[in-house]
Amino acid sequence: MKPRNRRFWLGWMGLGLAAWAASGTAAQVEERITIPRETIGSTPPIPIAMTGYSGEAGSVLRFDLEIAGFKIVPEAEAQYLLQGGSSGQVEGRLQDLVSKENKFAKAYSGGTARTQAHALADDVVLAVTDKAGIARTKIAFKVTRGANSEVYIADYDAHGPQAITADKTVVAAPAWLPGHRTLYYTTYKFGNADIVSQDVDTGNRQIVARYSGSNISPALSRDGRHIAMIMSKGGSPDLWVANADGTSLRQLTRSPEDESSPTWSPDGSTICFATKIDGRRTLATIPASGGRVQRLKTSGVPSPTEPDWSPDGKSIAFTSQMGGFEICVVPAQGGEARLLVSGEDPSWAPNSRTLIITRRGSGGQRFLSLLDVPTKQTKDIGQSIGHCSQPSWAR
Amino acid sequence: MKPFGIANLLVVATALALTGAGCKHVQKPVTPLQGSRGAPVPGPNLAGPVKPGPVTPVAPVAPVTSVTPTNGVTKITTNPPDVGGGQPVKPDDGTRTTPIVQNPTPPSAAPKETILTTPPGETPQPSIDLLENMVPDEGYFAGQTVYFDFDSAVVRKTQQGRADAVGDELKAKPECKLMVDGHCDERGTEEYNRALGERRALAVREYLLKFGIGPDRIFTRTWGENRPAVDAHNEDAWSKNRRAEFILLNPKQ
Repeated sequence: MKPRNRRFWLGWMGLGLAAWAASGTAAQVEERITIPRETIGSTPPIPIAMTGYSGEAGSVLRFDLEIAGFKIVPEAEAQYLLQGGSSGQVEGRLQDLVSKENKFAKAYSGGTARTQAHALADDVVLAVTDKAGIARTKIAFKVTRGANSEVYIADYDAHGPQAITADKTVVAAPAWLPGHRTLYYTTYKFGNADIVSQDVDTGNRQIVARYSGSNISPALSRDGRHIAMIMSKGGSPDLWVANADGTSLRQLTRSPEDESSPTWSPDGSTICFATKIDGRRTLATIPASGGRVQRLKTSGVPSPTEPDWSPDGKSIAFTSQMGGFEICVVPAQGGEARLLVSGEDPSWAPNSRTLIITRRGSGGQRFLSLLDVPTKQTKDIGQSIGHCSQPSWAR
Repeated sequence: MKPFGIANLLVVATALALTGAGCKHVQKPVTPLQGSRGAPVPGPNLAGPVKPGPVTPVAPVAPVTSVTPTNGVTKITTNPPDVGGGQPVKPDDGTRTTPIVQNPTPPSAAPKETILTTPPGETPQPSIDLLENMVPDEGYFAGQTVYFDFDSAVVRKTQQGRADAVGDELKAKPECKLMVDGHCDERGTEEYNRALGERRALAVREYLLKFGIGPDRIFTRTWGENRPAVDAHNEDAWSKNRRAEFILLNPKQ
């Protein structure tokens, strides 16, 4: 073709291209991606295949692995393969399908099928992530029926719930004494909002704080030696600390605003709590030995409350109130808050990775949920027990 | 339509020719982000009221031994750590509670005290011992309940008349004391509401102190959101739940 004709044809091509683009055909090639809020900023779960499991042990194993951050997939899509059985004793052999490495092979005896399955799940978590699992840990929580409530304990998946109180009144905010089977909580049994401590195994309990006004929101230091609580005997709900038996009381804050929900840093040096500064709801910290109250920055979310300090000291989980309630996590020194899922009142597991939270349903229902923070996978638990709230993870 | 179809073909041909082999003008399909929302979780199953049954003690759980099979599959018995839940758990029926110990005795050495000045409007409360030998009469002031705005502990002008009426009665009955119960609606978090209920009771107490009632006669208590007056989930119910109630305390005869 002569050059002049080629340019002539290319010119028409250009026009055709423009017409084609304008026709919207180009737009049909693009895919619209709607990113679900739950997956923004989350880690993908680890794909694992399970073969040979059935019955209760199989479903317990599946639950434990999913909340630990795994996803059960067919073998062809899996990075790990767990083969075994659950008739008789639970057994499992874990292989890394990518490296072809055999991670372990174990058989479990004693206990129940559930406990064996939990033990296997913990071994899988340890082999894959090099961190201890949480499948055999315990929780405490409040169960409300009508006008009254009682304190319950259960396995971390809400299996085997047992009431540890029969006060036939209101109880609130159970908190474990770290390293002990002892729970602190508020009970109105003696006509006042008093804080008591109870040995879970014997049922014996003692008054820790019974002052005029209200004694609420107990939190124990990690070494088990001190308690932080909110008391109003001074004329306003303020932060007080004492020995774990309630002796040597010291008032840490004195403000006309109310403080609430104290939580200790794991090294025992600092207490974080919810309060109002300059009319704005905020989290704040104060040295446990007393001193200046400092605002803790939680950028990006409004009205923070109910903080809980992670056992590894690095993060603070809290509730943000923005219309509904949202679970958030912020670095322990403050900063940008990360929004996770809908819910309130978070409590960290000993692994500093999993949270237990409360969720509200329609018509005033309350139920518990477990949340794997990195993958944002959740499991609702204990729905058959009643209205459950205010969970505390034994650490 | 033939002309348009030809135009498409020409465009594709041109693009391929112009850009050379191997260049895709069609975007690669985008795989959705990994990270799953998980399988749908069934909603809560609250089939009617749960009857509190007798609590059965937990049978001791035999410890779990974890064994790695060797060629000969030898069973290794060890003393593994307790896997939890090994002891009977009994509820406290109240009879075994230690008698109410009024504020635990402080150690003989005086603890280091930080003297903080009391800001106005925060009068310390009387000792709880003064509640002993007082009998509550919950109905006496039932008509005087004071109501509050959302997230507020301010005693509004329109409510002050009710508190005044209570104050007048207390002045006429110098032998009586008063318990003020603070309540919240359900829209805050539980412990925040517990503290807010206390602030409401305290605000009413401060009002009555200004009215002229002695500080050793008024006690406060918070119920948070746990004792609503109306157990429904709408603004009408919530407005009736944000309240402070008065309980007359008569000396035991």
